Amino acid sequence: MNSECRPVQACVPTAVGVVPAMWAVLRRDLRVSLRQRQDLLNPLLFFVMVVSLFPLGVSPEVSFLQQAGAGILWVAALLSTLLSLDHMFRHDFDDGTLEQLVLQPQPLYLLVLAKTVAHWLVTGLPLVLVAPMLGVMVHLDGNSIAILCLTLLIGTPVLSFIGSIGAALTLGLRSGGVLLSLLIIPLYIPVLIFGTGTVNAAVGGAPVGAYLALLGAFLVLAMTLAPFASAAALRISLSNS
Amino acid sequence: MRLMWQFFHKLGSPKWFYGIAGRWLPWLLISGLILSLAGIVWGLGFAPKDYLQGNSYRIIFIHVPTAFLAQSIYIMMATAAVVTLVWRMKLADMFVRSVAPVGAVLTFLALFTGAVWGKPTWGTWWIWDARLTSMLILLFLYFGVMALAAAIADEKSSARAVAILVLVGVINIPIIKYSVEWWNTLHQPATFKLTEKPSMPAEMWVPLLMVVLGLYLLFGWLAFVRMQTEILYRERRTQWVKAFVRP
Repeated sequence: MNSECRPVQACVPTAVGVVPAMWAVLRRDLRVSLRQRQDLLNPLLFFVMVVSLFPLGVSPEVSFLQQAGAGILWVAALLSTLLSLDHMFRHDFDDGTLEQLVLQPQPLYLLVLAKTVAHWLVTGLPLVLVAPMLGVMVHLDGNSIAILCLTLLIGTPVLSFIGSIGAALTLGLRSGGVLLSLLIIPLYIPVLIFGTGTVNAAVGGAPVGAYLALLGAFLVLAMTLAPFASAAALRISLSNS
Repeated sequence: MRLMWQFFHKLGSPKWFYGIAGRWLPWLLISGLILSLAGIVWGLGFAPKDYLQGNSYRIIFIHVPTAFLAQSIYIMMATAAVVTLVWRMKLADMFVRSVAPVGAVLTFLALFTGAVWGKPTWGTWWIWDARLTSMLILLFLYFGVMALAAAIADEKSSARAVAILVLVGVINIPIIKYSVEWWNTLHQPATFKLTEKPSMPAEMWVPLLMVVLGLYLLFGWLAFVRMQTEILYRERRTQWVKAFVRP
C-alpha cells in the first residue's frame, strides 16, 4: 500500500481505485475458496445427489424424466445454492475481514458485488458445467441440454445475488441456516419458473428468445439492486455484533 | 403543510401515540363491527342468488375482503419500512411487526375461503391457478418477515433488517405476480378460471364494499391494540409506563 508521509500530516494511504479494489476482493475470495477444496466440492456433490434422488424416488421412466428433468435440475441447483449461501460472508464475519471491507473508502455495494461474483464463480459455475452430464442422465435431447445450460448460466448468478441479501441479513444469528432459506425461497420462485419454462418451451419446440430475455432482465435487475440491499444489511449485521 | 409535519413529528413519540390510539379504539371497533356485520348479514341473508353458482357464491363476502386486506397490509408494511429506514421512527417498526401476523392470518383465510369456494365451483380444493399461487407466495413472504423479526434480539438492528426484507419483498411482489401468471398461461390453457367479475347488481356489491370497509376499520382497531401492547413492552423502563401500569 502506498502512503505519503509528510511531517505535518498523518500518514494517509492513497485511495485505491474502485475497480482495482473490486478485483482485489474477487481474487482474494477466489484464492480463499480454492484453498478449501472440500467446501468447493460439497455443493456440487449435493447437486448431483439430489438429482439422482428423483429417478430413485419418483420414477426412472424415460418419459417422466424427459418431462420433469429440467425442473429437477433447476430445483436441485436452487437448493444447492441455498446451502452454500450461509458461507458467503460467514468466515469473513468471524475473522473480522468484513469489518475491514466496510471501513474501506470504496463504496461497499461494489465490494459486495465482487464478493457475490466470486461466490457464483465457485458455487454456481460448477453446477452449470456439470449440468450437461446430468441432462444426459435424465434423457434430455442435445438441444434441450444446451438451452438448460444457458438458463442455468444466466439464472444461477441471479440466485447468488438475491441470496446475498438473505446471507447478509442472517449473518451472526444462531439459527441462520433455516431462517435464510425461509427468507429467500419465495424470492427465488420467478427465476425457477422462467428457468424451467425456457427448457420446457424448447422441448415443445417453441421459441425461447422471450424467456431468455426475461431471465437476462432478472439478472440485470438483481445485479444492480441486490448489492445495495446486501450492503445495507451487512452494515446492520455488523452494528449488531 | 406545517400541521402535517407537526403530526409527523408527534408520531415519533410512542407515549403520544399510545394516548391517541386509545381514543380512536372504540370508534374503530364500533364502526368496523357495524359495517362488516351489516354487510355480512345483508350479503349472506338478503342479497340475490347468483344465476350460475347459486348460494355458494356468497362466500365472496368473506373471501374478497380478506384477500383485499391481505394484499394491502403488505403495501402498508412496505410504506412503514421506508419510514423506518429513512427517519428511524420506532412507531413505524412497531407497526410492521404488529401487523405482519395479522397479514399472515388474513392471507391464510383468503386461501382457505378460496379453497372452500373452489370445491363446489371447480370441484377441487386446490388448483395451481396463478392467483392462488401468488397468494401462497405472499403467505411465505409474511412468514419470512415474522421469522426475521423474531430472530434478531437487538431492537434497532431488528427494525432495520426487517425493513430491508419487507422492501425487497415488495419489489418482488409484482415480479412474482406476473411470472406466476405467465407460467400458468404458458403451461396450459387454464382449465378452470376464477369467474371474471360479472357486472354485479348493486345488491351484491354494496354489501361487499361494506364488509371491505368494515374489515379495514377492524384491522385498524387490531393494529392499534397490538401496537399499544408493543409500546408498553418496549417502553417498560420509562417513567410514564411504570406510572401507567401501576398507578
